[in-house]
Amino acid sequence: MALRELSSLEKFLGLKKPNKYSTQGDRKVPVLQSNSAAGLVGLVTIATHLAQEAKRPDLLGKNAEERAVVQQWLEYRVARLDGCTKEDIKIILKDLNTYLEDKVYLAGNHISLADPLLYYGLHHIIVELAVQEKEKYLNVTRWFDHVQHYPGVRHHLPPVVVLRNRVYTSGHH
Amino acid sequence: MKLYVSEGNPHCLKVLAVLETTGVKCDVQHVNHEEKVVPFLSRATLPVLHLPSGQFLFSPNAICQYLFEVSGKQISKQSHQWLEWEATELQPALMHALHLATVQGKTDSAKALVAPLSYLEQNMSKKTTAFLIAETVEVADIVLWAALYPAFLERSFNMGEQKSTQSWFESVGSLPACQASAQSVFKGKGLEVLKAYLQKQPAPHGPQAQHRDSHSGSTGSPQESEVSDRVMTEEEIETAEQKWNQKIDCQSKPERKHPILPEQGKRNVLITSALPYVNNVPHLGNIIGCVLSADVFARYGRQRGWNLLYICGTDEYGTATENKAREEGLTPQQICDKYHAIHTSIYKWFQIDFDFFGRTTTPRQTEIAQDIFWRLNERGFLQEDTVEQLRCEKCQRFLADRFVEGVCPFCNYPEARGDQCDKCGKLINAVELKEPQCKVCKQTPVIRCSKHLFLDLPKLETSLEKWLEQSFSAGDWTTNARNITRSWLRDGLKPRCITRDLLWGTPVPHPDFAGKVFYVWFDAPIGYLSITANYTDQWEKWWKNPEQVELYNFMAKDNVPFHSVVFPCSLLGAQDNYTLVNNLIATEYLNYEDTKFSKSRGVGVFGDMAKDTGIPSDVWRFYLLYLRPEGQDAAFSWADMALKNNSELLNNLGNFINRAGMFVSKFFEGMVPQVSLQEEDRRLLAQVGWELKQYIQFLDKVRIRDALKCILNISRHGNQYIQVNEPWKKIKGGDTDRQRAGTVTAVSVNMAVLLSAMLEPYMPTVSETIRAQLQAPPAYSHHMLQGEGNFVCSLPAGHRIGTVSPLFQKLESEHIESLKKRFGGQQDEEETPKKQSQTTTQNDAAPKPSAAAAAPVPQAPVTADPELARQLTAAVAEQGDKVRELKGQKAEKAVITAEVAKLLELKKQLALAEGKNPEPAPQKGKKK
Repeated sequence: MALRELSSLEKFLGLKKPNKYSTQGDRKVPVLQSNSAAGLVGLVTIATHLAQEAKRPDLLGKNAEERAVVQQWLEYRVARLDGCTKEDIKIILKDLNTYLEDKVYLAGNHISLADPLLYYGLHHIIVELAVQEKEKYLNVTRWFDHVQHYPGVRHHLPPVVVLRNRVYTSGHH
Repeated sequence: MKLYVSEGNPHCLKVLAVLETTGVKCDVQHVNHEEKVVPFLSRATLPVLHLPSGQFLFSPNAICQYLFEVSGKQISKQSHQWLEWEATELQPALMHALHLATVQGKTDSAKALVAPLSYLEQNMSKKTTAFLIAETVEVADIVLWAALYPAFLERSFNMGEQKSTQSWFESVGSLPACQASAQSVFKGKGLEVLKAYLQKQPAPHGPQAQHRDSHSGSTGSPQESEVSDRVMTEEEIETAEQKWNQKIDCQSKPERKHPILPEQGKRNVLITSALPYVNNVPHLGNIIGCVLSADVFARYGRQRGWNLLYICGTDEYGTATENKAREEGLTPQQICDKYHAIHTSIYKWFQIDFDFFGRTTTPRQTEIAQDIFWRLNERGFLQEDTVEQLRCEKCQRFLADRFVEGVCPFCNYPEARGDQCDKCGKLINAVELKEPQCKVCKQTPVIRCSKHLFLDLPKLETSLEKWLEQSFSAGDWTTNARNITRSWLRDGLKPRCITRDLLWGTPVPHPDFAGKVFYVWFDAPIGYLSITANYTDQWEKWWKNPEQVELYNFMAKDNVPFHSVVFPCSLLGAQDNYTLVNNLIATEYLNYEDTKFSKSRGVGVFGDMAKDTGIPSDVWRFYLLYLRPEGQDAAFSWADMALKNNSELLNNLGNFINRAGMFVSKFFEGMVPQVSLQEEDRRLLAQVGWELKQYIQFLDKVRIRDALKCILNISRHGNQYIQVNEPWKKIKGGDTDRQRAGTVTAVSVNMAVLLSAMLEPYMPTVSETIRAQLQAPPAYSHHMLQGEGNFVCSLPAGHRIGTVSPLFQKLESEHIESLKKRFGGQQDEEETPKKQSQTTTQNDAAPKPSAAAAAPVPQAPVTADPELARQLTAAVAEQGDKVRELKGQKAEKAVITAEVAKLLELKKQLALAEGKNPEPAPQKGKKK
């Protein structure tokens, strides 16, 4: 799973030569195989490394504050979202929905590495949502739709259909 | 910039130590653990750094990195990697261990830490530098040191065994910044400092728990990995094992003997579901809203051994029936007879197990309604008033609201009804209609005064409130029922008219009001009493017995005020010791796909059509109950129904029960094998027992949908249990393995029996089929639902089961697609203009352009525009072709939907351009 994600990320970043990866441990943590020194371990670490390789430091944030925010959401992806329980999913969606209320992307007004990574991590959850739930988490859905249509992001994942008009207006009785 | 921390919070040590190390200037504020600092997080999370930009950092590691960076230090790749490892591997294990040690007082709590600690030790022993990464302290050193600090405090964690880690830990800890911050958080004390904080955190599951990737190999439904494994205590496990071994003497469920009457010393429960109005065929929303929900609860109550009576019937009086009779050329009585039979057969097909299903047009109804009326009158709760009403001189009668049509005074819609405008939705007083017309003869009615009787609700308000307060606190009222009732009271009660100038109703016995009948809302709820009276002469034992009887009313939310305010006022005013509602269970609305059910447009599934779909009644029941609109509106969706059938019923529930039975048949010649319980089995028994207890607690509170989930959870546990133990492999192994296969099979098949008992209220036929296949003694299912629930071994070793066969069929997507089309209503037809014109000519129901053109069209008075119409006709044809093409190519649903929407919009414009009314015309030929 994480490996396909990394290869999609490479394409998104415009890296020509694909890297070799393996996994370690029960949780199948990705490891970047490299000729020099020990391999890098962990999705966030590798993704950050790839962004630097691709000369896209902007994706990691333009200043210290932004970099911290991006790192925070990258960590959120691997530490909170991955392997969460069903109950957690509801809380995560609710929190993200509130957070994204006044934002286009996770770090504000432009895309960062956190967007594709959280998108990859949320995909299997959003796919399962009923239309009604998608409307309940309207801001998440909007952001999600935005990211999946961002050039080069989607790759290995099927598109999720998002309706732009509200269907369940009756939800406000 | 401001840093928020709380006392005794292990995560705060990191950020405080980094703050000390870097010397960054920042306010530090101490707050409570529960303080919500970050506005978008629903759980209180600390520490938090409020950045100058207004953003919040709520991840301790991100805060540390930020502080390091603003102090001008670089963060190396290795540091990043260690921080990620700390957050994903070390923290979950650490929190789990700390929780076990401080909150639960477990001694073997360090187990979870073994793997991450040995990984750390390995790396520590290989390093050649003074610190983890370099000769100087990096952010990773401080973060890891702070994370491990509490672990080193706890002696039982044996941290001393990690030699290299310990020496690194000591050198980081000797830094002045670390010493100072450790002192400020722990104050020289031990782990107990953290207890208050840890207690408030949700119990963390171990580091290995529930990781998605590690589960993807197992089979079963996609939800399988979502079963949250509750940690069972030793006590719960022991109780479960005792129950399992319980020997019960087979007292079977008492037979139902009619008439059922309240009995001293028993729990006497009277259940009603809102009386369906006779002139409509009920749709799925009506069915889940009242009769089906009440049926589940009644079946459950009977299983629990309550002395219970479930009453319902058709509500038959009123204007709508008169209208319908006129339409179909029958008398009102004939209409009632016809539709009463339709209702009866629909509910029979849905297996609604009423004790009695009656009707309101009976002599008993007249008798009881008139009695209540006289008692209200004698006690001064009725008052007279005159009302202005429309009267048709030609038809010689006052016109009920629905018998008048005219122009809406608010939006000028030409076909507004006397009570409401379909266009703008506003309520209308019939006399305010412009250009009113009698619906029957099209004559203009005149305004006349008519004398009517009013129920004096303001006079009854005090006793109503007193009673409500008590019923609210003692009984189960759904939140919407409470809210609707409160809002009615808050707005203040007004006198309500209880008489009407109609023929088809219960006659008002007062000589001054001869020729009038009772208004349906006064009359209909009295139907509960009269229907019971038609069931037994001793009906008063139920209805005038509040001491012994608990009354449950089931309904959709639109009916709440009549059951919680108006009807109780009638009964309170009559002062005859009536049984008043103790528990009021109201559902929200069920929509159909993305629209409303509509008989006239042919949209949605109606009760009489459900059986034509070929989908079994039990599956319909399951799906409707699965999406029962509790708390918020729900939507019926064909695709979702297929999904739930295939994933929950077929792959989860059916799969488990079938596998359990098949193992007995195939591996043990149809005889249940011996059980020798191991730790894992005992834990499973406890888990199942816990779900059963939940199920009972939910259903006692009429949380029907939640209880259904417990059933599905049990079979999920069962599937996992079988999957892990692989009896099909073990059966081929040695003696120990064969014995293990036997235990797993026997436990599983007994779980199937429990499931059949729990399924009875939801899917009675499936429940009976399981029992029959397993030859399970019926008495047990009754026993299993007593008290807090008893998961007993009901099929002992040596029990012979019957023939096992699959319980559910897959719903294929082609079948579902065809059903969706069939019940989609006119929209589908409208895509093909040809077909539409055919239906229009056949039914001749659409307004003729010439006739309608004269009347102004609601939104904007548009006159016909032939040129525009011509262009639009071409556009409609073109768009129609496009839609057909897309459908032919099986394009994505959303794409088709969007194109269909465009088509409909074009058609609307076309209709306007032609000067027609764009609203879909009712199609009379499509009633059934």
